[in-house]
Amino acid sequence: MGNVQNTPHRADVGVVDSSVQHAAHAHAAPTGFIRKYIFSLDHKVIGLQYYFLALASVFTGLILSVLMRIHLVWPEWAIPGIGIIKDEQYLGLLTLHGTFMVFFVLTTAPQSGFGNYFLPIQIGAADMAFPVLNMLSFWTTFAAFIVMLGAFFTVMPIAGWTSYPTLSALPNAGSLPWGQDLWLLSIALFCAASLMGALNFITTTLDLRCKGMSLWRMPLTCWTWFVTAILGLLAFGVLLSGGLLLLLDRNAGTSFFVPGGLVVNGVQQRHEGGSPLLWQHLFWFFGHPEVYIAILPGMGVASQLLSTFSRKPIFGYRAMVFAVMAIGLLGFMVWGHHMFMSGMSPYTAFAFSLMTMAIGVPSAIKTFNWLGTMWRGKIRFYTPMLFAIGFVSLFVSGGLSGPFLAQPTLDIPLHDTFFVVAHFHLIMGVAAIFGIFAATYYWFPKMFGRMMSESLGRLHFWFTFVGTYAIFMPMHYEGMAGRPRRYGSMVVAGGLFNRLAALMPLEKFISIAAFVTAAAQLIFVINLFWSMKKGEKAPVNPWEATTLEWTIPSPPPHDNFAGNTPVVNHGPYEYSVPGVERDYVMQTDPASVHAH
Amino acid sequence: MADAVVVHPGAEAYEPSWFRTYSKKIGMWLFLLSDSLTFGALLFAYSYNRLSTPGWPTPFHVESIRNASIMTGFLLTSSLTMVLAVLASSRGDRAWTRNWLLATMAFGAGFVLLHAAEWNKLIGEGLRWPLFQTLFDLQPGTNPEYVAATRNFPQFGGTFFALTGMHMLHVTIGIIYLGAVALRKMWLPILGVLAILCWWAPGPFHYGFYVLLFGLAICAIVLLLKPMDYTDHDIEVSGLYWHFVDLVWMFIFPLVYLMSTRISS
Amino acid sequence: MGLALLLVVWLITFVSTYFFIAHPSWMWLPPVATTYGPQIDSQFTYTYIAMGIVFVAAQVALGLFAWKYRDRGHAAAYYSHGNIRLEAVWTILTAILFVGLNLMGQHIWAQARFQGPSPGSEQVEITGMQFQWYFRYPGSDGKYGRTLAKLEDPSTGNALGIDPDDPAAKDDIVSSTLVLPVNRELDVTLKALDVIHDFFVPEFRFKQDAVPGLLIHMHFTPNRIGDYEIDCAELCGSGHYKMRAGVKVVSEADYQAFLKAPQQWLTEHPWNGPMSRGLMQESEAKPPAPALQLAMRHHQSQAENH
Repeated sequence: MGNVQNTPHRADVGVVDSSVQHAAHAHAAPTGFIRKYIFSLDHKVIGLQYYFLALASVFTGLILSVLMRIHLVWPEWAIPGIGIIKDEQYLGLLTLHGTFMVFFVLTTAPQSGFGNYFLPIQIGAADMAFPVLNMLSFWTTFAAFIVMLGAFFTVMPIAGWTSYPTLSALPNAGSLPWGQDLWLLSIALFCAASLMGALNFITTTLDLRCKGMSLWRMPLTCWTWFVTAILGLLAFGVLLSGGLLLLLDRNAGTSFFVPGGLVVNGVQQRHEGGSPLLWQHLFWFFGHPEVYIAILPGMGVASQLLSTFSRKPIFGYRAMVFAVMAIGLLGFMVWGHHMFMSGMSPYTAFAFSLMTMAIGVPSAIKTFNWLGTMWRGKIRFYTPMLFAIGFVSLFVSGGLSGPFLAQPTLDIPLHDTFFVVAHFHLIMGVAAIFGIFAATYYWFPKMFGRMMSESLGRLHFWFTFVGTYAIFMPMHYEGMAGRPRRYGSMVVAGGLFNRLAALMPLEKFISIAAFVTAAAQLIFVINLFWSMKKGEKAPVNPWEATTLEWTIPSPPPHDNFAGNTPVVNHGPYEYSVPGVERDYVMQTDPASVHAH
Repeated sequence: MADAVVVHPGAEAYEPSWFRTYSKKIGMWLFLLSDSLTFGALLFAYSYNRLSTPGWPTPFHVESIRNASIMTGFLLTSSLTMVLAVLASSRGDRAWTRNWLLATMAFGAGFVLLHAAEWNKLIGEGLRWPLFQTLFDLQPGTNPEYVAATRNFPQFGGTFFALTGMHMLHVTIGIIYLGAVALRKMWLPILGVLAILCWWAPGPFHYGFYVLLFGLAICAIVLLLKPMDYTDHDIEVSGLYWHFVDLVWMFIFPLVYLMSTRISS
Repeated sequence: MGLALLLVVWLITFVSTYFFIAHPSWMWLPPVATTYGPQIDSQFTYTYIAMGIVFVAAQVALGLFAWKYRDRGHAAAYYSHGNIRLEAVWTILTAILFVGLNLMGQHIWAQARFQGPSPGSEQVEITGMQFQWYFRYPGSDGKYGRTLAKLEDPSTGNALGIDPDDPAAKDDIVSSTLVLPVNRELDVTLKALDVIHDFFVPEFRFKQDAVPGLLIHMHFTPNRIGDYEIDCAELCGSGHYKMRAGVKVVSEADYQAFLKAPQQWLTEHPWNGPMSRGLMQESEAKPPAPALQLAMRHHQSQAENH
């Protein structure tokens, strides 16, 4: 194989011994099972490893949420193997649900999973820039997952996925040893893994693009993976610090986050001088970019699919790229909007609120451009397109509750109520999951060489789309009525405090909708595994798309382009070009096909 | 698809990379960017705690500063030898590259040893984390000033050991890294011996054993998976890391030491 | 498929919008009971109308486009890379909308949080601990007695750790039901003894974290006599959902009577909670007597402390 890989930068650096360097990329296909499937250096295998890790996590998270919904409306039900869910277990369930979903699904699948698999192929590279680092990154994530399962099976942490001290710092306040410690350890590992992944993504995007693949010719998926990686690079380091300090507070007797003079359950605490707000600053400095880490790749996938299946160039490609960059930049300036009610200086709320409202502008640009892409198109309704349209719908619905919460004034009644739960589930939870589903249906033929079942896919879409709205729309009403988050039970003290009891019928409706929607996910699992074995054989380019992954066999060979580096002559979304016979122009088509 | 246009590398000049540099260097810069945010968060936490604590103690005396200044000198000198190593490698002078790298490691190790001695002295005198008490079965501190600082301002010891410990960890990682670049597989047994020696180190440095063991494992994975010679690029990249660690100290030294000093008569 | 999408997207849009417009009272912001509440509500309404219009417009367009531009086999799609002018107009419009909404609401926030209470406001100290609220009135001297962490012990009835040796503590009143005079501005001090809690009364449009280590001063003026429920709105541990208490807004005369003999007054005027709002006709639960309320919640917190 030699040094025939694409290392376009080599020629102009003019240094000694460059062949040694990119020998790293030119690794031959390994033969043993372990080197091929377990400790693989191949970005495609690593991408699939991430994907299946996320799949395991998403079903863990889903089961946890079903248990939560059962506890909320039928607390007396005994679950086989678990028994009756207790109130503190409810808090454990919501903590781990949030953690699995945010970290191990929404961060892992769209970015590390699909990004790993398709970023190098879409920019015409044979692999990521640092294959060994890529492997280490996955196995560190896996270790974090195992440690988190450890937290699950020892003492479930109950401090929520945000783990605010002092609750999370003081064991006798409820964050018992092992559970909370393992949670923090797992998050620290996850941060380290994400940092490795992020710098790999950025370097790959900057350095390994093939000839002709200028930044302005990259598919929007690559742009979003790139910007997401920058966000991850800057955000996870801060959470890592915060997590380490909280671990020290719990185990080494320091008090970064715990002030003096506290008495917990009648026991005086030995801490002195810390501040609980410090954690909130560190956490949300990470936490807000994190929600964009979850949603940006979904935006990229939606853009890619809407263009492909509308048979139209994306509306406003550069506007889309600038919008993604603006979202990424503003995402670092808005963390305080999670803290309007926290006791932080009320003056800062002005700035944070203004910045947050400003994020609405690039988000609106994206929505406008998605609709603009469909406008006067020639839409083909394959399952991936259905999920992409669902993504846009959910993004709009979830996004429009943002301007309520971004205003400190309105945050007074709405903060920490179900309105917030509805908001972030629609926009960052389910919208991002729709992005993952869309990507799965779209790229499955490339990844596994077989088509997924269209009829099962459609069934899955309708159940999930309608079910999602049935679950999360009513939560807005509950939030407005003042139903706080993280309440395991609506009525307490023998029915004395029964303000929330009036919401019970709505709660029951939500629970039933959740059970149906959760059950419908089995359709997806069946479709996924059945199609891997029995699906119709996929052609090279089943969707008649233009980007580089559709120029190589399905599934792609070990080194993607078999040593033949592609040369790119066109932008990524050249559909229905007038005067061209076929309604799409591949990025690799000769330049003479169409000059624009 | 058959219509993919394929050219063979070398047939045409490639367009230049965005930064006109090589991947490892970009990767290292990106790592340093994120690591500076990690340190930035720690320094932010330190400043936040310090500003919100009235009467922050300033127990350090001239001898602490003298010691820390010598350590600073070691670190600065090591940066100089690192530059010389990079220069030697760009000349293609392998022998001197290795010599200068070893000199850099030696100065770095000197820094760590001085720092470790300093830590143990401070711990003995009474500046500590509550955890140290339970872990090492310590005698009461001998210096009432440090004992008072620990009792009344646990934040002081907390931030001191967290910040300098994190930095010391980075210097240690740097030494392990440079060793792997300079000596390659020869480094593995040496690192193993160093790890074992660490087992008998006093105070918290006993735990250095695990740090070095972990470093050994990572080195072994990387060196055995990719058994190749390192080029001037790798020397330059490791130099970036080393200078960064040096730079971080230039923030920690004034914040943690100089600003906590009482110049008493 | 395009038609199905149109129908489903539109149906979801119109059903949700119907419920947002024709909301039954139990799924909407509860009736306001403070002077600054109506301003929040009107800001909410403006935002809600603006977002509602965008929501309906975007979803209707999405459904419409899906149906109208479905692949009908003939006529190629329109080849266009976008329209800079449209893009710019849209960007400016949304910027005006979002920034404008933001600026509209800022004065309400400034009034609620930048200004201190006016002199002569009625003082109340609200303390959260797992999983109970305590309310302290400074008494006739207008000064709260000193509290000491080492004295904090719910089992002795001195959960706040009030120092009995401090003369200012002699006339302090501690209650587990909050009684407030109507139409008087309140100077509220929020404290937390163990973890972060959050004092939330939806009818007051008031919510604020109580943070360990911080004394947070807030002010508001209740203006409607009635019984309301206080909820803890920040996850505070296993009994988080149990951390509720009653607040009674009463006439000035009643308030003075309460201050004179808190225990007796509460026995005669028990907190009735949402029952008084007629929301819970079907509920058979009857509120126990206030003395029992106190005892019961002490018992609860004891049980939590085991």
